Amino acid sequence: MTIHQMPADDTKPAYNYAYLDEQTKRMIRRALLKAVAVPGYQVPFGSREMPLARGWGTGGIQITAAIIGPADTLKVIDQGADDTTNAVSIRRFFERTADARTCEATDEATIIQTRHRIPEAPLKSGQVMVYQVPTPEPLRRLEPREAETRKMHAWAEYGLMQVKLYEDIARYGEITKTYDYPVMVNDRYVMAPSPIPKFDNPKMHMSPALQLFGAGREKRIYALPPYTSVKSLDFEDHPFRIQSWTQPCGLCGAGDSYLDEVVIDDQGGRMFVCSDSHYCETRRVEGHRGTMLGDAAASGLVEETNP
Amino acid sequence: MSAGTMIAPGFSHPVFQSQAAFRALLAALSEPGTLQNVASEITPPEGLTTATATALLTLADYETPVWLPEALRNGPAGAWLRFHCGASLVESPAEAAFAVIDGTVYEPKLSAFNLGTDQFPDRSTTVIVQVTALKGGSALALSGPGILGSRNITPQSLRPGFIDELRENGALYPLGVDVLLAHGEGLIGLPRSTQIEEVR
Amino acid sequence: MYVAVKGGEAAILATHDLVAEARRGDPAVPEISVAQIREQQALACARVMNEGSLYDQDLAALALKQSQGDVIEAAFLMRAYRTTLPRFGSSEPLDTAAMAIRRRVSATYKDLPGGQVLGPTYDYTHRLFDFALMDEGGEAAPRSAPTPLDATMPRVPDILGAEGLMEAEEPPEGDPRPFDLTRDPVSFPADRDVRLQSMARGDEGFLLGLGYSVQRGFGGTHPFVGEVRVGEVAVEFVPEELGFAVDLGDVTLTECQMVNQFQGSKEVPPQFTRGYGLVFGHSERKAMSMSLVDRALKARDFGEATNYPAQQDEFVLYHADNVEAAGFVEHLKLPHYVDFQGELELIRRIRREREERLAREQGAKEPDTMPEAAE
Repeated sequence: MTIHQMPADDTKPAYNYAYLDEQTKRMIRRALLKAVAVPGYQVPFGSREMPLARGWGTGGIQITAAIIGPADTLKVIDQGADDTTNAVSIRRFFERTADARTCEATDEATIIQTRHRIPEAPLKSGQVMVYQVPTPEPLRRLEPREAETRKMHAWAEYGLMQVKLYEDIARYGEITKTYDYPVMVNDRYVMAPSPIPKFDNPKMHMSPALQLFGAGREKRIYALPPYTSVKSLDFEDHPFRIQSWTQPCGLCGAGDSYLDEVVIDDQGGRMFVCSDSHYCETRRVEGHRGTMLGDAAASGLVEETNP
Repeated sequence: MSAGTMIAPGFSHPVFQSQAAFRALLAALSEPGTLQNVASEITPPEGLTTATATALLTLADYETPVWLPEALRNGPAGAWLRFHCGASLVESPAEAAFAVIDGTVYEPKLSAFNLGTDQFPDRSTTVIVQVTALKGGSALALSGPGILGSRNITPQSLRPGFIDELRENGALYPLGVDVLLAHGEGLIGLPRSTQIEEVR
Repeated sequence: MYVAVKGGEAAILATHDLVAEARRGDPAVPEISVAQIREQQALACARVMNEGSLYDQDLAALALKQSQGDVIEAAFLMRAYRTTLPRFGSSEPLDTAAMAIRRRVSATYKDLPGGQVLGPTYDYTHRLFDFALMDEGGEAAPRSAPTPLDATMPRVPDILGAEGLMEAEEPPEGDPRPFDLTRDPVSFPADRDVRLQSMARGDEGFLLGLGYSVQRGFGGTHPFVGEVRVGEVAVEFVPEELGFAVDLGDVTLTECQMVNQFQGSKEVPPQFTRGYGLVFGHSERKAMSMSLVDRALKARDFGEATNYPAQQDEFVLYHADNVEAAGFVEHLKLPHYVDFQGELELIRRIRREREERLAREQGAKEPDTMPEAAE
């Protein structure tokens, strides 16, 4: 039956709860259970064609659709912010298809779907992080053939990755990977953490939350159960280190968060602000003031409201 | 009486009951040793506990061959599974995506099931072990992913040598079966990544 | 207090309105109907049905209307709809030998049973504008009654096969149901059913380029068009409860059988090998490209070298899907400022450290250029 051959009675064709049909959800759920049983291993799954474009979060959306229920509260972020366009679009998708209760507060969410960031507020037991993953294979840049990388994982042959990282050190004095920085999971699988900044890598290690990763175009699902060892690859003489800034957030004064750079004029003016929009807002509500809050209002980044 | 009327009903609200049950299963295997409750208000067929029947309704379908002990396969449980899940019932444990065994019966061994391959360890069987109780037995200490430090469980009526089988299974990591202990409405997950020690 | 300005939701809704406005164009010009597209843009509809993997001319026309004629966007609409359709089962294998022929040409025989049937083709049109089409009301010139065609025409590879000169093609042991890559993840090396399905829904331009590369020497086959045929084929389905085949209707198909040289080996006497293409609608270019690449992808089966892109199944299958490719290429439009900030921090720091080092020790060696690209 196609949509222009509607049944004679008044029933309109309708999508299933959370868009995916139940058979597809079962297939994804089975993949998820195997993924948590072998942390960091990429489980192939029958990724469906979604009404959003490949590369725009179809893997994460399929995972969220397979796990979400009426008891859940969903937060969606892109670049750390709830109000970026694709985050808004995905949140609307679940409001429409799953009647989802949504929120922006990290601690109120039971499911957090994310692209490129882990929230600054610590995650809790019982929460589920769903990562959108473009390239699930951490070795892909080094070896384009899936048939080969699958063997490398099977035999835990990660010499190629070590060589690549060490070449970086030889040329630049440090490992130049700033995001999607590879990690070793449970001392067995090298895993792509998705393109989060390496600043966020330490948050994955022994996190109390369940972390699920979905790559729709590449048709892979993988997972980190709570309290799983996640080590960023490094060398004894070149230990892993995260990004740092010379100044705090211009809006809320936070000195411990990942900062985005905002160009405020054509004279080289820059402002650094929290990438995690909810974290920044929470701090401002608590009374923290950054040095550039006035400038931000002038440039339209924030507006002043009466409490 | 026709065969159809002998088959007990499945989920009354499949979308939400299977979603809730799946979250319990996901919690069971991502936090090994925690007792998860799958209260789905179904009447399981003879030979399956509520938790087992709910897990199979949630996960099994025509794509997943299921292994049941012969008596169950040829009885109401087999008919129920075919009717509700459309799952094929296989005789060879190695072909099964899901299997149900009695914790007190000696065969088949865990190693008889599909252990996965080194390139595709996800293709292994998930084995549901039905036990007489999930608490009150001698203590087993679990550690590994999903467990902060260690966690004790006290299931009853596991066949002699079963703990060794679990340990041998864990030694195959990342290959190996994943185990769910089931009783009543309760489930405890023991994925292959979990290390198990008897507490003396 | 200060709150972040949030315009995301309103901006997204506004884009929907703007698209609708752009789609309609000048309201003084009459709106195009789905039926007009179906009837008068049938080749575009065929491409949308192929790359959208769904045989439905009305939906293909709707997709083209909704996407302003953007074929990949239209295929995307088809696929996103197709994925939600329930599956009742698989049809019986189609019998293209029983095709009601509209067009059939062979480059390997001057004449053959059924004859050469030119049918509707652009092959011998001179590509000169027909400015009369600028005005409406043009009627197709009435044709004299066509010569009736044979009800069935043998397929050229079957003729060669009868002589034992054509590579035999048998179903795999047990004749299993073909793989469906829209339901199950592909692993490599991929079997022929997977390869053919992937190409049938693959991008016409990509396959055309790969097929061309084989002809130019990036692959070692020497193809002849054994036959291209276009026409209608009946689709039959056996419902479980009936147990016999029911005719579901006809579909228009284009089939290409490419005949290729093969030297033979110790075990196999010299024989011809086959490249196969089968697509929805009248799509000769696509069917021919597919058959060239199909033969190239058999290289491994014949123990030939696989040095070129068209011979490598992982390369062809992963990159033929234009909906996936378009999504991933276009996702670069999404914000990446978190990752870019990481790169900024790194490059500024490395430059700063370098300057400090240079200041300390004269004549230090310069670092190379920076790696990395967006994810």
